[in-house]
Amino acid sequence: MSIWKYANPTKFMGWTAPVLPWLFGLAALCLGVGLVWGFFFTPDDFRQGATVKIIYLHVPAALMAINAWIMMLVASLIWYIRRHHVSALAARAAAPIGMVMTLIALFTGAIWGKPIWGTYWEFDPRLTSFLILFLFYLGYMALWEAIEDPDTAADLTSVLCMVGSIFAILSRYAVLFWGQGLHQGASLSLDKEENVADVFWVPLLVCMAGFVLLFIALVLMRTRTEVRARQIRALENRARAQNA
Amino acid sequence: MPDLGKYAFEVLMAYGVSIAMLLALVLVSWRRATRVRAQWEKIKKNG
Amino acid sequence: MIALLLRDLRLAVRAGGGFGLGLAFFLIVIVLVPFGVGPQSDLLTAIAPGIFWVASLLAALLSLDRIFALDFEDGSLTLLATSPLPLEGVGLIKALAHWVTTGLPLTVAAPALGFMLVLAPEAYSYLLLSLLLGTPALSMIGTFGAALTVGLRRGGLLLSVLVLPLYIPTLIYGAEAVRRGAEGLDPSGALILLGGITAGTFAILPFATAAVLRINLR
Repeated sequence: MSIWKYANPTKFMGWTAPVLPWLFGLAALCLGVGLVWGFFFTPDDFRQGATVKIIYLHVPAALMAINAWIMMLVASLIWYIRRHHVSALAARAAAPIGMVMTLIALFTGAIWGKPIWGTYWEFDPRLTSFLILFLFYLGYMALWEAIEDPDTAADLTSVLCMVGSIFAILSRYAVLFWGQGLHQGASLSLDKEENVADVFWVPLLVCMAGFVLLFIALVLMRTRTEVRARQIRALENRARAQNA
Repeated sequence: MPDLGKYAFEVLMAYGVSIAMLLALVLVSWRRATRVRAQWEKIKKNG
Repeated sequence: MIALLLRDLRLAVRAGGGFGLGLAFFLIVIVLVPFGVGPQSDLLTAIAPGIFWVASLLAALLSLDRIFALDFEDGSLTLLATSPLPLEGVGLIKALAHWVTTGLPLTVAAPALGFMLVLAPEAYSYLLLSLLLGTPALSMIGTFGAALTVGLRRGGLLLSVLVLPLYIPTLIYGAEAVRRGAEGLDPSGALILLGGITAGTFAILPFATAAVLRINLR
């Protein structure tokens, strides 16, 4: 018994099929409850007014934008070391989701920044890091699309993901070099003193759970699609070989 | 509808666009899933 | 290894484009900037450090796809892979050859072009120093990108999409060093970090380049 047997493509298709509707249902429930709670039933912040409601989209999206890349890095490492095909396909499946999350974080941030900081965009370290992350997602996806042979593509993108991770962290600290910007530090930490107030915190937690569940559900669904696409490709190649 | 004060436009815009992006992502993933699945089943059936 | 370096350099010189083209591109970008932003000298002084760095970045990018393409097409890359020379060494040498043909001429030429952008007099030495420290990193990162896209028919555009985000840390520290130098602040922090990035890329990326080349030659 080992955890790796769940990575076998047939097994993977088997156990994800019944899990998927539950995941989507739970994600929709959490997102629905969290967003409705946040939008209709939380008070306005005394300084920021109603804009504080944007936090229920901004923070979870930013969280998932980074976590998606970390998940891709782990999946790439698993593919590179243990050569589980599902792992490589999961990394590929996660990239567009991470990119959309990055876009949401950037967009909600810009909308939020306008009334509070008086500007949509500022080359502040945190904002710039997300822009860079967005570029990394683009490059990663472009490389997947460009390469014909699926195994070569998986290998090359996994190396790119590893090298890219190093440079993403480097860029993260390089932009700090410009000095502290407009964005506040972490608004969520285990330290109670620094945290946002409980009225905002509980619905935010529900929203974050919703985003995490949605991400997992989408990754599983997209990975299933990629596994099928790979099988179609293999069968077609075999048919072509027989006809020739 | 809660009173959003002078920031109504910003808040609604943020919610609208973000939810639209999430829905578009789900929709695109789902459509590709069904299309690939149909093709897969056809190939399986024909051997 | 030295023989390979000399061979690559000779090929670059003989092909004509190698040496001159990157430098000419750099020159034209620098000369075009005043036409774009207008002739106010204080504005030019302010943006000069960034323009110099962005221009060298683009000039380095221009010749990247040639690093491996010719060797891949005529099969000499396969020969190199089976030769006793480790593929990591090949990556390193290719990056060095690229630097000697583009990075080094840029570095030497940049201070001479400083007057075009009304660069602050204090900044000249830091411009030279930062380019000297930073352009090797550009070549090494670019070699990795070229190795990634070597098997692709239309790799050029993809190459720039992949490589430009990786250039960001180098660009930030390099331009920041010159800017601080121009304002009379202490640029040593930025220069040290720039040198650190260059050293780090040369420590890690030859291995990544070799791994990627092996995959592509499979």
